[in-house]
Amino acid sequence: MDANASMLRLERLVKRYPTGDLALKGVDLEVPRGQVMALIGPSGAGKSTLIRCVNRLVEPTSGRIYLGGEELTRLGMSGLRRARRRMGMIFQEYALVERLTVMENVLSGRLGYVGFWRSFLRKFPQSDIDEAFRLLERVGLDQMVDKRADALSGGQRQRVGICRALIQNPQLLLVDEPTASLDPKTSRQIMRLICELCAERDLAAVINIHDVMLAQMFAQRIVGLRLGEVVYDGPADGLTAEVLTDIYGEEDWSATIQKDEGAAAEEDAGEPAAAETLRPDERMAGLT
Amino acid sequence: MPTQAKGGTRVWQRRERGRQLAIWAGWFFGTFIFLYCFKLISDKTIWFFVTDAGRQAADLGVRMVPPNWSYINELWEPLWDTINIATIGTLLAIVIAVPVAFLAARNTTPSVAVVRPIALLIIVASRSINALIWALLLVAIVGPGVFAGILAIALRSIGFVAKLLYEAIEEIDASQVEAVTATGAGRGQTLTYGIVPQILPAFAGITVFRWDINIRESTVVGLVGAGGIGLELNSQIMELSWTSVSVILLAIIATVVVSEWVSAKVRHAII
Amino acid sequence: MTDVSVALGRRRWKRPPLIANPLLRWGLVVGGAVYLSFALGTTEVNWSRVWEGLPRGKQFLLAFAPPDFVSRWDDILDGLLESLWMTAVSTVIGIVISVPIALGAARNIAPLPVYYFCRAVIAVSRSFQEIILAIFFVKLFGFGPFAGVVTLSLATIGFFAKLLAEDIEDMDAAQAEAVRATGGGWFQWLNYGIQPQVLPRFIGLSLYRLDINLRESAVVGIVGGGGIGATLNTAFDRYEFDSAAAILIVIIAIVMGLEYTSGHVRRWVQ
Repeated sequence: MDANASMLRLERLVKRYPTGDLALKGVDLEVPRGQVMALIGPSGAGKSTLIRCVNRLVEPTSGRIYLGGEELTRLGMSGLRRARRRMGMIFQEYALVERLTVMENVLSGRLGYVGFWRSFLRKFPQSDIDEAFRLLERVGLDQMVDKRADALSGGQRQRVGICRALIQNPQLLLVDEPTASLDPKTSRQIMRLICELCAERDLAAVINIHDVMLAQMFAQRIVGLRLGEVVYDGPADGLTAEVLTDIYGEEDWSATIQKDEGAAAEEDAGEPAAAETLRPDERMAGLT
Repeated sequence: MPTQAKGGTRVWQRRERGRQLAIWAGWFFGTFIFLYCFKLISDKTIWFFVTDAGRQAADLGVRMVPPNWSYINELWEPLWDTINIATIGTLLAIVIAVPVAFLAARNTTPSVAVVRPIALLIIVASRSINALIWALLLVAIVGPGVFAGILAIALRSIGFVAKLLYEAIEEIDASQVEAVTATGAGRGQTLTYGIVPQILPAFAGITVFRWDINIRESTVVGLVGAGGIGLELNSQIMELSWTSVSVILLAIIATVVVSEWVSAKVRHAII
Repeated sequence: MTDVSVALGRRRWKRPPLIANPLLRWGLVVGGAVYLSFALGTTEVNWSRVWEGLPRGKQFLLAFAPPDFVSRWDDILDGLLESLWMTAVSTVIGIVISVPIALGAARNIAPLPVYYFCRAVIAVSRSFQEIILAIFFVKLFGFGPFAGVVTLSLATIGFFAKLLAEDIEDMDAAQAEAVRATGGGWFQWLNYGIQPQVLPRFIGLSLYRLDINLRESAVVGIVGGGGIGATLNTAFDRYEFDSAAAILIVIIAIVMGLEYTSGHVRRWVQ
């Protein structure tokens, strides 16, 4: 596989729920290796469904999904398990198993690689343990190894979630609203961490995100989804008022766009002081 | 700490060694107890009967069909008695259980040192003893019949209703009670305005739940002579008239299903 | 609240009734009254027999002070130990069988045919009172504790599988989904995604069922299923209230002890 080959390719992806709701109306999308792509759109646009169709937590109704050339939609159970190992997923509200320790949660990312009895007895290979320690150190949680997941703060939990996804040694990260329940400062730290790690490991990432400003700040490419269709696909600075109206509907967007540029500049300088007072989620609250 | 450094690499185990060993020992010990108990029971069992049970069951099954449908006409009265035992027994239990619950709840009891332990003792004594044992006792005291059944059901239910109710009372929102007290209300007024509205849904739910259980229980108190359909069941089994027994069993199932349906409806209406 | 009272400048207020529909409200009240009068009217109470029995009731209460542990001690001990064995064995067997049934009866993880099958198993094992089951098992397996164990195990399945299945249905789906997304197998998914979430409830239910089985083991003996019930039955038959009181005190003490320990264990698990 050469460096420019697409990591993820969706062809005419359709998802119709048993209730009759058409969540995805034939989405075509291609994500090359190493690209961080943000998926924005109003609630109910199908962002979450799209991400879950990729690792088939939600079964697509029709269409094809290729991961590095392998078609995922045809795989049987064991093939799907092997494919899922190559896709790390980071969840909204963290989705850590709360009654397990931090270490057990991180190691659960290796479940696709070890047999049942090893995982049942918690006898993971030492190489996995080493990698878990390395990752926890990287995100600054190496002192929390034996804490139970429900004893951590939101930001700490999401870091554990990131470690769990990365220890899978994935080629693709699927990230579902990583900052939905975090405060603005922690949100930025988490987004920065995800993007840094993607750069370090040359990972492709699809990030569902509610917050347009964060998306513009961190993603190289933005895809706007509306009612199950792609309505924008381009660079972050291409998000004009017209584009946002296309995605979200009529609203005064000038403030969002302006402040974004200001905030992005400040971000490079250091502490995001403006963002603290800005409360981007409040601004977006009226839309959903 | 389950994490330890070993020659440069850090090793992680789920638990410390001592704790892990203790857990293994616990499993070993538990398995041993289970096997030992099983052996003691097995010694008292005639295994020939057990291996023969399949044939026996088939034999019994054959003798139970077809059900003697005409027998159902003799069952209406015992069924009516059964329902009455459950309903009146539940009502009687509530009358006694409500004051006991208020005496047992930490936040409403007049005295934590004296009254509360007595109330708790009443609850435990009532709960620990099955309705059938109460029935045995009451048949010996007040004689066989529906009355003994009602009392048995009531005595068994007091503990159940009072326990769940006093837990509900202890969980109420204290600030609401405080607000009522702050208006200058007396003890009784605080009770009716601050506490009762908060526990009313729980109370209704508990009552219906217990009534449902009591329908089941009242089908068996007759086995020891305390009235209801159990009395019929016992006599038909004694007479070995299996076709009638199957009618009784079907009648019991029907009653239980109906009572479950009623209680589900009522609980749904309350919530 | 009528127009007249408003016109007079006074507004009257009455608490709105619990049931808004007056027809239904009065229907329920009248229906309840009619039912109760009928029920009480058809309940035959032989008051002279009750009156005769009162001294015996007094005798029973007096028997608690002091109860007679001594004269039937061997019987009591035998019956009690047998009850304890039965409790232990039937609880373990019942729970072991319940777990797969509970998994099958949880709508969020089981396919529909399996779900219906497991729900049917639960419904069947719940539809009869333990004692009725015990009567039939005694017929099949002969007198003795084995029939009691089978009865209690079956009753445990209906209880345990139902409540555990409900807990599995209530679990946080996101945690289980996250484990599935890592590519783990089905058993790994159970072990990492579901087991930690339901473990506290599992242990709480096990202890609760142990408690219930002990109490029930005291009654299956009445119909021949082994345990302390037989001893108790004999004591009542012979009007040996002081021995009966001793047995009841022992049962209450064990139940209280179990309740106390299970409270501690539950707190420790949390």
